[in-house]
This record gives sequence, C-alpha cells and structure tokens, in this order.
Amino acid sequence: MAFISSGYNPEKPMEGRITDIGPHKYDEYFPPVIKKNFGKWLYHEILEPGVLLHVAESGDKVYTVRVGGTRTMSITNIREICDIADKYCGGYVRWTTRNNIEFMVEDEATMKALRDDLNSRKFAGGSYKFPVGGTGAGVSNMVHTQGWVHCHTPATDASGPVKCVMDTVFEEFKNMRLPAPVRIALACCINMCGAVHCSDIGLVGIHRKPPMIDHQWADKLCEIPLAVAACPTAAVRPTKVEYNGEKVNSVAIKQDRCMYCGNCYTMCPALPISDGEGDGIAIMVGGKVSNRITMPKFSKVVVGYIPNEPPRWPTLTKTVKHILDVYAANANKYERLGDWANRIGWESFFKLTGLKFTHHLIDDFRDPAYYTWRQSTQFKF
Amino acid sequence: MAKHATPLLDQLESGPWPSFVSDIKQEAANRAANPKGLDYQIPVDCPEDLLGVLELSYEEKETHWKHGGIVGVFGYGGGVIGRYCDQPEKFPGVAHFHTVRVAQPAAKYYHSKFLRDLCDIWDLRGSGLTNMHGSTGDIVLLGTQTPQLEEIFHELTHKMSVDLGGSGSNLRTPEACLGQSRCEYACYNTQDMCYQLTMDYQDELHRPAFPYKFKFKFDGCPNGCVCAMARSDFAVVGTWKDDIKIDQDAVKAYVGGEFKPNAGAHSGRDWGKFDIQKEVIDLCPSKCMSWDGSKLSIKTADCVRCMHCINTMPRALHIGDERGASILVGAKAPVVDGAQMGSLLVPFISCEAPYDDVKEVIEKIWDWWMEEGKNRERVGETMKRLSFQKLLEVTDTEAAAYHVREPRSNPYIFFKEEEVPGGWDRDLAAYRNRHQR
Repeated sequence: MAFISSGYNPEKPMEGRITDIGPHKYDEYFPPVIKKNFGKWLYHEILEPGVLLHVAESGDKVYTVRVGGTRTMSITNIREICDIADKYCGGYVRWTTRNNIEFMVEDEATMKALRDDLNSRKFAGGSYKFPVGGTGAGVSNMVHTQGWVHCHTPATDASGPVKCVMDTVFEEFKNMRLPAPVRIALACCINMCGAVHCSDIGLVGIHRKPPMIDHQWADKLCEIPLAVAACPTAAVRPTKVEYNGEKVNSVAIKQDRCMYCGNCYTMCPALPISDGEGDGIAIMVGGKVSNRITMPKFSKVVVGYIPNEPPRWPTLTKTVKHILDVYAANANKYERLGDWANRIGWESFFKLTGLKFTHHLIDDFRDPAYYTWRQSTQFKF
Repeated sequence: MAKHATPLLDQLESGPWPSFVSDIKQEAANRAANPKGLDYQIPVDCPEDLLGVLELSYEEKETHWKHGGIVGVFGYGGGVIGRYCDQPEKFPGVAHFHTVRVAQPAAKYYHSKFLRDLCDIWDLRGSGLTNMHGSTGDIVLLGTQTPQLEEIFHELTHKMSVDLGGSGSNLRTPEACLGQSRCEYACYNTQDMCYQLTMDYQDELHRPAFPYKFKFKFDGCPNGCVCAMARSDFAVVGTWKDDIKIDQDAVKAYVGGEFKPNAGAHSGRDWGKFDIQKEVIDLCPSKCMSWDGSKLSIKTADCVRCMHCINTMPRALHIGDERGASILVGAKAPVVDGAQMGSLLVPFISCEAPYDDVKEVIEKIWDWWMEEGKNRERVGETMKRLSFQKLLEVTDTEAAAYHVREPRSNPYIFFKEEEVPGGWDRDLAAYRNRHQR
C-alpha cells in the first residue's frame, strides 16, 4: 500500500485548513416536490404498509416508500440505495430516525414499480435487502447501538439480537394490525447510547457481576478519583493494596452495593466488567415518547434477565413475541403498550403474559423507588 | 473462501430481516475483488477480520474492543472515537478501527451524489462499513486507522464541504424531525432551527468545554418523532396556542366512513365502524371535545394539544395558526443517576429565525451548568442536585403552575432571605427579653 495524500500537509496542519463548516444545509437535497411544498402540506394517508401519500395545499402529491435497513451498513449497500434513488427518485433519498430508508416519487405508477423492485432485492444469504413496511399501527425498525461489533462496554451484541427480534416480528413490520405503533429498541448496556428508556419494548444489555480489579494496572491506566466518583452507589473507594510485594494505589469495591452499571469501567479500563456467563438482556416495556392521549413515560423492567444466547437469542425473541401477541390480543385501539398495562394494572399484565414477577422488578434505586410501591389497598388478586 | 470460519454468524443470514452479516460479507467480497482498482489505505480484509472478531464474541459472549484512545483531528476535541481490538494479532485488519462521525443534514435528506462521494472516501480510506446512522443522528464511518484521520477530514472538508459531528463532553450533533418538509403537523421549521443552531454553535460542538455531553433535538409537534423529550438535554417541541382548525365536512366524512381514521394506520385489522365518540371524544385526555351528531366542538382553553384528535382525523383537524414551541430541559438515559425525561421550562416560545430567544435560554443554561456541573454530570442531574427553582432563577423564568405536575407535598421550603420580613439577622438579646432561657 502506498500512502495517498489528500493534500493535507502534516508539517503545516493549518495551511488551507477548513473547520467549523457544519453539516450541509437541510434543503440542499430536497426532492423538487418537497422543496416546492415546504410548509404547505395538508394531510397524509398510509396507502398500504410502508407506503405514505402526502398531499399539499397545491394539490401536489408525494408518495413515500419506506423500507427497513440494517443500521450497520456497507458502502456497497449504500451504493445500491443510490442506484435505486437514481433510477426512480432523481437521486433523492432519506433516512428516518429509526434507521428506515425513504424513497419519494410523485406518481402512483412509479411508486408501485419502486415498491416491487425494493421488495424483490435479496442478499445472497436469503434475507430481504429493503423490506417495505414499518408504518402505522405496526412495528417499525429498531433503533440500536453497536454491541460486540464496535463497543467496549456492551453486555450483549446489538445488530445480532436486533436481526433476530426483527425476524421474529417481521409480520408486524409488514402489517398494521396492532392496537397502536410498537417501538422496539435495543441498547447493549445501561449507558443506553441508544436511549431505549421510553420504548414500548426496550431491550437493554445488563451485567450481573461486579468488575474485577486489575491492581497491577489501576494506578497506571486510571485517574483513581474519577473511577471512585463515577460510582452512583458509592461502592468504589480508593485504597492501597499489596501487589508483587509492593504497595500500589488501587480501588476496593463493595460488591453488595454494585449494580453493575459499568460506569467505573468507562472511567478506568483496569476494572473489566464483561462476563460471558453473567451478562445478558433485561426487557423493559410500556414506555413512549409521544404526548398522544397520555403523557410520555418510561419503560418498566418486566424481565430482569435473559441470558445471551447467540447466534439467535431464542429466549429473548420468544419473550418479545409473546409480550407483543398478548398486547395485540388485549389492548384497545389506539392504546400503546404502556397505556394498556396501566389500564389493566401491572398485576394483570403479569397474569395475562404469564411472566414471572420477581424481586428484581421492584425498584430500589434512590427516592423514586418509593413512588413505585403500592400505597393503596386498591389492587387485583 | 472466507478468511475466518463464522458458523455462528452465518446463522444470522437466514430469516427475512436484512442481514448485517450478509452485508458485511458483501463488502468483504467487494474489497477482495476491488473493481475500482483502489490502493486501499487500510487493510483490504478488515471486514473479514471484523466478522472474525465478532464470531469470537459470539463464541465467548464478551466484547473484544478496548477503550478508545486519544485520537482525533488537529484542533478538534471530538468527532473521532478511538477504537482498538484486544486481539490485534488474530485480527490485524481491525487492530486499530476508529470511528469518524460526519455531520448529517437535518432530517437526513440526501442526494446520491453526496452519498457516492462519501462512499468513495470511505472505500479508499476506511473499512467500507458505516452506521446509517448513529443514535444521535450522525453518519458514522466505522473503522479506520490513525494516519487516515487527517486525510479523511481534509477530503470531507475540501471535497465535500462537510464537517465532523460531536463526541465527548461537548454539544453533540443536533437532529430534527422532518418537520415542514413533509409533515402537516409541524408547528415550526425544525430543520432550520436545527441547522442554524448547529452552525451558530460549531465551537461548542467541536471543542469540549462542558461537564458532559449536551444534546439538542427538535420535534415539530407533540407526537415527538425524533424523541426530543426523552433523548435530549434541550428539547424544542412544537405546539400552538389558538384553536385547532376544524373542517366540519371532513369530520362528517370520517364519521360516514368515507375517510379512513388515523390516515389508515389501523387498516390491517377490522376494528369495526369508526366511532367518533369512542375513538376521539372519549379518549381526549382533557375532555375538551364534544360531538352532537353533526358538529364537532373543541374548548380550546381546556385543550392540552396531545395530537390524538388530529392524528385520528388528519383531513378534518389541523394545528392552530399561533405556532411556536415548548422547551423541555434535562432528558437523559439512565447512566448515572437514572433516566430522566425533559421537564417543561418554557411553555411557549416563538420560533422565528435567527432564534435569538431560544439561544438566550440555551446560553443561560450553559453558563450555569458549566459553572456548577460536576464532571460527567448531565444538566438534568445538575437540575436534580441544585433544584428546578435554580434552573428557573438562572434562566430568569418566573415559576408557574405548568412547571409541575402537582405542587410539593412537603413543607420543606427554602425561602429567600428577602422574602421574609426583617431577614435572618435577628436580635437574640431582644428575644431573651421576651423569653427566659
């Protein structure tokens, strides 16, 4: 490999340097119909799963075909998306917040050709490349994090379990037969860079063993006060220990105070926390972000732990599907999963789903915990 | 022939959902074939080594990535995340595998020309693998080596006129819903506010000076498609003050079954005939609506703008004309002190460019948080530690009942000294004259 210079001169880094130019302006890549009718949209309709029609005050129409995509995506895949955009959409394409891809066209015939083309493309391994769906009262694409593909703190993989869950609920991506939208998300540790804490079904990687302490390296790799300050339960304290006959600065961890958040490991690589047997996934349900009917709410933990079972995570997918099915069979129209659980009461949620309620599900983290206990004689046997 | 056997990952190629494993394999094959005859600047087989190290994680159920080192481009403190593999001998192609965050246009509208140019840079100088997109919104280029970072930055800025996104303790890449570009519910130009503020705060975005990360998100209406209230320290959520606009004929068309309720979102199941009383009037959270069989009425003073009626009858009901946004502050995911939702600070703010009134609120919050915030403390946690009253004080906001769900249920009130006649400087001798010890 011969190094190819971009023109950057390391001897003079400031020469011709361009900085702080930000992103491209949002309207630079608007399809013409979007540009023309900006701020003048009148109403929309979901014509079929994955196909939206927006009608402007001018009478102009734009048809949107939405497809699910892998968030971890190759440039070969992106170039194929560009080819499709060039063929049908004048080169324009957009992504949604939930990793869906949207192609927009102005007439129904092109929309149908585009939709059929997208549905026909498959990877060599057999999966769809661009399944059309993800609209209305169904399951949209999952938002997720990096997992074992590219992160240092995960308690599970992300792309893998997402693939397995979406395979399992694929019919709900392709249909609109649920009581309301169901947003599923996965974060591979409780850092939640994927912020799944307000999802209808949030899957979150959890550790279950306190970190190990690498005394040999703690003082060399870490700012010990930062590792101490990082602990939300004050389980970490500074100490001196004997290592190889020498007194070294390190930390001590009060194990029964640790709730395995891994925050200390983030600050100090000498406190590794990952553990093949200990790690797994918790399931949280009933969160939402929309203000529709009820206020936004957090997801609640209903399964404290499911082991990591790569490559297909069968217990996880079965449990998610089961929760989804029980919700679909019992909730009212427009009722989000959390609103349904609130209406029937969480004791009924556990009865209907058959999920086992255990001590792990009772909050014991700080003051908010008390407000989740039942200060009433009103409950269901 | 694949470099590494991946019997576990191979099982993720079946099933209908798009397989990232198939996709990475496709990129591995593309690089091996090298149809463009490129002199790849990082190992040609890095996608294969990525599959290899991932297969190892699938066997052991543990990650093989280490903490990021300090890597980046000159003069910036963010935008690049260092990443190293902890089995570099086995997987040399991904031994160094840094992430580059590239600023996306607000709401992620692209032209293929832009994407192809980006792919060309990443083909030559990176792994050919990306995230479209990262959770915060950036285009994430996944995997390159340190000597390529300045080259990539140079090409992004010189050839594509695009910048890096945020990482670390700085302003993270802001994002907006698609707003007025294709949505009739948008109460303000989310993309423009996002773009303007991103441009105005480039310094805060590239050069970490905050206690921890800070996120802006812009939702056009209370439906919250970009999850501002849950995911951003500073959430701007569109709303309006006047009457919901009603087209009574269109309401009748919904009642008569001519229009599908909720824009057809429920068409996959037979839910029976649309019942406006049951499906709209009775579900209204503030019970501000009535239907007398021919006319829909809404008492605006009681409306909390939840969007349900508008979502359900989008051809009949439209957002009002006196539009703006509410500002909610302090949302974050659980680490460290538990998850928080944004709390309402400003009930209504006009959203006219150049958004000086919005920026004023932001800058007052930053001044306070940069002074008082502890290392790695999100502003929501600072608010919890120092009180909502303090946030009101530093933003010159008068307390009002809409700031709370309910008033406090304890009388442990901190009064300001000037609120109490005579202040706190008291005369003990005079007290003792009145009261023997």
